[in-house]
Amino acid sequence: MNESAMRLHDAALVERLYRSLYRIRRVEEDIARRYPGNDIKSPVHLSIGQEAIAVGVCEALAPDDVVFGTYRGHAMYLAKGGDLDRMIAELFGRVDGCARGKGGSMHLVDVARGVMGTSAVVATTIPNAVGYAYAMKLRREPRIVVSFFGDGATEEGVFYESINFAALKRVPVLFVCENNGWAIHTHQRQRQATLDICGRVRAFGMDAQRIEDGDVFDIHGTVAAAAARMRAGDSGPLFIECMTSRWREHVGPGEDFELGFRSREDEARWIEDDAVAKLAALIPERQRAAVDAAVHAEIENAFTRAAASPFPDADELHRHVFHER
Amino acid sequence: MSDEASPMSVRTLSYVDAIREATDREMARDASVLLFGLDVDDPKAILGTTQGLVAKYGPERVFGTPLSEDAMTGAAIGMALAGLRPIHVHIRMDFVMLAMNQLVNMAAKSSYMFGGQQHVPLVVRSIIGKSWGQGAQHSQGLYPFFMHVPGLKVVAPSTPYDAKGCMSAAVRDDNPVMFVEHRILYYRQGPVPENDYQVEPGRARIAVAGSDVTLVGISYMQLECLRAQRYLESVGVSAEVIDPIWLAPLDVDTIVASARRTGRLVVVDNGWTTCGAGAEILAAVGEACAGGPAPSMQRMGFAPVPCPTTPSLEAAFYPNARTIAACAYDLVHGGAQGWLPAERDDLKSIEFKGPF
Ligand SMILES: Cc1ncc(C[n+]2csc(CCOP(=O)(O)OP(=O)(O)O)c2C)c(N)n1
Repeated sequence: MNESAMRLHDAALVERLYRSLYRIRRVEEDIARRYPGNDIKSPVHLSIGQEAIAVGVCEALAPDDVVFGTYRGHAMYLAKGGDLDRMIAELFGRVDGCARGKGGSMHLVDVARGVMGTSAVVATTIPNAVGYAYAMKLRREPRIVVSFFGDGATEEGVFYESINFAALKRVPVLFVCENNGWAIHTHQRQRQATLDICGRVRAFGMDAQRIEDGDVFDIHGTVAAAAARMRAGDSGPLFIECMTSRWREHVGPGEDFELGFRSREDEARWIEDDAVAKLAALIPERQRAAVDAAVHAEIENAFTRAAASPFPDADELHRHVFHER
Repeated sequence: MSDEASPMSVRTLSYVDAIREATDREMARDASVLLFGLDVDDPKAILGTTQGLVAKYGPERVFGTPLSEDAMTGAAIGMALAGLRPIHVHIRMDFVMLAMNQLVNMAAKSSYMFGGQQHVPLVVRSIIGKSWGQGAQHSQGLYPFFMHVPGLKVVAPSTPYDAKGCMSAAVRDDNPVMFVEHRILYYRQGPVPENDYQVEPGRARIAVAGSDVTLVGISYMQLECLRAQRYLESVGVSAEVIDPIWLAPLDVDTIVASARRTGRLVVVDNGWTTCGAGAEILAAVGEACAGGPAPSMQRMGFAPVPCPTTPSLEAAFYPNARTIAACAYDLVHGGAQGWLPAERDDLKSIEFKGPF
């Protein structure tokens, strides 16, 4: 029995992973379904197809560990415990949103749950995560930092500058590259002379590991081990590359197969190997139905609350430009 | 070179098609012109502005780049030093921030710092976003940064005619030109001559003549000023509307002459007012009028906050035709008159619908 199959015996873990995966999938499918209704006046970069990464990683973290991410951040935000009501209100532009309606889908944040904020400018939060980890090391806090980004982000100079500094100072940051193969409509092959991101990272003096099949147990187990090493203070930064697939268009609620730059067949093996369905099959039917029902109710509630939340008042425009104590 | 064109050959084109046509013409005319940037060769082709150009000129002259704005800007400068004329495209002006070092410290400096031995014929295109929750990092009008730096030219055409003529002039210019576009202007249609012509640096255009107040609208705000002119007309105020087109070099004379005539000047910036293009224009007009009668002047621009995503705050973040008209009205009649025109259907701004 391999390691991941053994973990299947941990029924509590299976249920936790399933619940998080299913919840994120449903939230984003609901966003897509409701998008034409125009309540969500925000660009949305859906993670549908990629959820196993955020879930596998975040379920292996402690509540006071922190994550930094990107505009494709719904999954990371929810997996780390970001408040669902406040996320939907944010997408609706309402004052109860996590950024008081001022940030939108691309700038989700929930500091109390360790979601440090997401940026719409590719690769910009990578060095921020490194700096945060430097502070953890300086203060001898056993907390770790995770930096999420895409394969495209590894082309930016700041990525290399960041991993170099992180390796140099041996700070407790875990880099998680979500490699879905695409930067908008351009494949990694059209952007990088060699596809070996892990090899490049190793050259900077950092352990790097690639997870090929998007298996949520593998991701979870790998991150749990990495987190333990980093907390023990002997590993320095670590890097994992998770191969994955984005099923929807780069931005927006729909698909993009009709544009012709890729086909559904190209992504078929991923769609057939759906993590949500795979985990659903591991849980007794009655138990799963109960999880699903609770998730549905929570989501319905979040949309209802968001719709009832007011838009920010005019005086909110000038608030928070600078820190308010 | 002139910006006069035979009316025989004028068609109605969109801003998008005007940019594409100018690029196409320049590439056909001059084999040293290159076009690259993230996504220029993808199916959406920078909202259509680069459509068909890879097929026509091949992947050596038209190509998508890695996500490497800093290095690609430096490489563009190197190509320019070797005698090529690159056009580097950024789908958002916000991303140009990653290229600041190369633009400010190399492109802008090369001619002077190397005593005239070097020059950098480079066009940097970028698009300012607006609405549908673009938010803080996807809607900034940062052209004043570039106006500040000697050695950079800055142009922000608002009509399809100027988009074509300015692009042609920018490509033929031997210096770095920041070519500033605006997402909402992409929907604008207008007359564009078929033949080649250049809208040369340093010449503003009086879009509408008037006698009571001068409105200067930059980039997208030119459209809002044209609408404001109509609101003002309905209450008997005659506004002159000026499109500066080129921000560096800036045609101060045309603006000064107009403001002297009308006695009043409102500059509407498509960015923040502090140290903005409007600040520069008001200062230049103030200096030109020093010692004589000076016009009453007012700046408008973004609220001094990052752009919020929620529509309720976004409405207050941007100037619009009605608030511009109200501001001009107050200048004309003196003091806060409290007049704000009711929104007219024919003067509504085009609402941009998502996702992007
Ligand atoms: C610095 C910068 N350059 C360009 C863009 C435009 N852009 C937005 S997402 C994206 C692709 C990013 O691909 P990747 O990092 O693989 O992440 P994914 O979108 O696949 O999650 C690009 C080019 C940007 N947001 N920021």
